[in-house]
Amino acid sequence: MFAIFKKEMRAYFTSPVGYVYTGIFLAAAALICAFTTIQRASYDTTSYFQYMLFSFIILIPLLTMRLFSEERRNRTEQLLLTSPITITGMVLGKFFAAFALFSATMFASLINLFPLVVYSIREQKSATSGAHIGLAGAQVMGCFIGSLLVGAAFIAVGIFISSLSENQLTAAVITVAAIAAMMLAGIFNTYIGVTWIRTVLDWISVLSRFDYFAYGYFDYAALLYYLSISGVFIFLTVRVYEKRRWG
Amino acid sequence: MIEVEHLVKYYGGNCAVDDVNFSVAQGEIVGLLGPNGAGKSTIMNILTGYLSSSAGRVSVAGLNVLDDPLEVKHRVGYLPEQPPLYLDMTVEEYLIFVYNLKGCTFNRTKHLAEICEVVKIQDVYHRLIRNLSKGYRQRVGIAEALIGNPPVVIFDEPTVGLDPKQIIEIRNLIRTLGKDHTVILSTHILQEVQAVCDRIIILNKGRIVADERTENINRAVESTRRYRLRVCGPQRDVAALLRSRPDVTYVETLPERDDDAYCYLLESKTGVDVRKSLFFALAERGWAIIGLEPMGVSLEDVFLAVVESEEKDARTAKKQRRRGGAGVGAEKDLAQSILDETAKKQEAVAPYDGKD
Repeated sequence: MFAIFKKEMRAYFTSPVGYVYTGIFLAAAALICAFTTIQRASYDTTSYFQYMLFSFIILIPLLTMRLFSEERRNRTEQLLLTSPITITGMVLGKFFAAFALFSATMFASLINLFPLVVYSIREQKSATSGAHIGLAGAQVMGCFIGSLLVGAAFIAVGIFISSLSENQLTAAVITVAAIAAMMLAGIFNTYIGVTWIRTVLDWISVLSRFDYFAYGYFDYAALLYYLSISGVFIFLTVRVYEKRRWG
Repeated sequence: MIEVEHLVKYYGGNCAVDDVNFSVAQGEIVGLLGPNGAGKSTIMNILTGYLSSSAGRVSVAGLNVLDDPLEVKHRVGYLPEQPPLYLDMTVEEYLIFVYNLKGCTFNRTKHLAEICEVVKIQDVYHRLIRNLSKGYRQRVGIAEALIGNPPVVIFDEPTVGLDPKQIIEIRNLIRTLGKDHTVILSTHILQEVQAVCDRIIILNKGRIVADERTENINRAVESTRRYRLRVCGPQRDVAALLRSRPDVTYVETLPERDDDAYCYLLESKTGVDVRKSLFFALAERGWAIIGLEPMGVSLEDVFLAVVESEEKDARTAKKQRRRGGAGVGAEKDLAQSILDETAKKQEAVAPYDGKD
């Protein structure tokens, strides 16, 4: 598993994909942060993280599109499947490689909050009253962990779709559609009058689970929800490979 | 070392491998031979655990492929038909990746250096695989199969697409490997199995049609004498003369000619050298022999004969079945005559059955 993890990490940075992903991610994060906090003169980072989730629609497929489809097209999966590693190990190796790069860029993007910290320190010094000024630590932490979990779930969806297709582009397009559907389900929700449809969409919606993190709660139900999505799609990817063996 | 019992593989409704049985002893080099779609690759993929069988038992070194897949994979090195290479890696990176992937515990530098020496890829060690020629890629693939020093190595068409010099090198390499590995290779080039393998398993449409030691097939080849003859003279008369010779069993005129010389293919009785008498007989008539070269019965002939006779048998059997048990005499005769014809043709083309 570690061999595959290392190979995938390396592959991200010997092809343009890793650089393109990192570049777009950091640029998007910086822009979104500037527009949602500094320009609005606000310490509220909720909308920053929420808009970041929307940027995942484009960014996550970049990470996952080639993971399995390329192996399949180049027939290199034959090497992996005849090597003494389990299919689960292989899938997890790839999942964690994508997740590691994703978390690395997430951590790097935290630097965008640095100006806010600087402002708050300066304002606190000059403030006369004890009014609350500055970042809400719990909110930032909650949103950050929430974003990591959402990212993990999307990556799992992405590798599942990548394992179905031999063509990177197909995989990417379908992944964009799938992630967009998961994101937008909650938004369409507000326009639908029928209760049971709303309940279903609300259940699917990734965004609606994110709200508690935005309030600074740590929502264990949401944690479980995102981890389950990751688990289910990793499991399905393993099944795709098992099925192909028996096909 | 390898036991295959009643192996069956279906792809959907298609039967790719149909009740195949064979076993391979330690240190043996076995060639799987067959036309495209005979099931060679499928059998190899099942042996390596890439595919699973629909029925039957496959074990390597006493371990069942389905029960202990990881243990079996530790013991098998596999070069698939298309070498599984990552084009964006250098040879070194690729081999290190495979080394880690297989979880080897040797001294890495030493182990990789040894393998590179065996397959002769030291001089491309630091180059990108993308930039290597087909022959070198194939060798890197072989190196991949050898990493971890598995007791069994399986090569799927290892010499496809190589130039003649490279083919010879790879064959020599495989023969060297056979000294301390059990090797299975598949091919549709018949000289290759003849040159390399101890034993030949001929497959057709998923079934084994022949399982012979190479010497036996070689002996069958030697037991007949075939010549390619080039004579200046009127084609029909020369052919008639050749046919009239008592020692000549078969004459065929070949559609090749240069100026007034025609080409003939002839077979003589076993143990008789007809060349001398032919020379004098033809010289007497004033027809000059300008070429006379002995030809072995090629394995192609053996192969085609075996495969064709199998097919014909099957066809005849089917015909008989369709007509039912009420086999009218005439029809039975027809079936019999087809069989006879097959036998005759087989005898004419390749008397390989070892009766001499």
